[in-house]
Amino acid sequence: MSEIAVGDALPELKVHITRADLVRYAGAALDFNPIHWNEAFAKGVGLPDVIAHGMLTMALAGRVVTAWGLGALVDYQARFTRPVVVPNDDTGALVELSGKVGAILEDGTIRVDLSAKFEGRAVLGKAIAIVRP
Amino acid sequence: MALEQSFVGREYPPESVYEVGREKIREFAEAIGDPRPEYLDVEAAKALGYADVVAPPTFTTIVNLASINRIVNDPELGLDYSRMVHGDQSFTHHSPVVAGDRLAVTTVVESISRRAGNDFITLKAEIRTDAGEPRVTTRALLVVRDAEEGQA
Repeated sequence: MSEIAVGDALPELKVHITRADLVRYAGAALDFNPIHWNEAFAKGVGLPDVIAHGMLTMALAGRVVTAWGLGALVDYQARFTRPVVVPNDDTGALVELSGKVGAILEDGTIRVDLSAKFEGRAVLGKAIAIVRP
Repeated sequence: MALEQSFVGREYPPESVYEVGREKIREFAEAIGDPRPEYLDVEAAKALGYADVVAPPTFTTIVNLASINRIVNDPELGLDYSRMVHGDQSFTHHSPVVAGDRLAVTTVVESISRRAGNDFITLKAEIRTDAGEPRVTTRALLVVRDAEEGQA
């Protein structure tokens, strides 16, 4: 791989999250909060509909980094700023994930600034991955 | 309703040991759609220097969430679980989590605060092997949305 430079963009990823994906993730992560699968419950607590697990969106954004294959993701943080609302259809919610090199740190690790968008708006804030080559 | 402030500083020692399984790693990797071979194939993982298949970066959400639930479901804390959302989350990896690891989690309530009617609680979890080797430090900020505010 050629030299990494600040500002380099990582390949984008587009993922459709369906209700089936939420059920599958709930089982894999052992996160059974009904706001992620029960429409009546979600609406009853003031949400527009069933929403994706923030941790699922975070994991999907992490794939931008792991697919890059440059090294181990040693530190990863994200803020969940807006919900990803998942309709009950076959298409689901389209989430667009991207990242760019934000800094090369003194210890040789690389800071990647990640972005996750749903309906054109950011759903993760301060999503930062540190990669050790 | 405000959260019980006296929980700040409370430490929850490990309640049980979670043994990381190859098939659970596979199941998690497939659920997040991440196909990297070091999650699925022992030989591929060993070729990269791991002792066994390695877990994806957010895999320890499994034990982290269990430790969170243990605390937020304590009735004395006064937290309305139905109004709780995840505010933010971090994972700091000290060494790779691999299949066969026996994980034990120690969780500390770092802070509790209230702003604009919403309650905030920060939990830090130290995830180590049962032999005491540090694996991951996680930090979760949980937000309990104001019940008076109406529709979000």
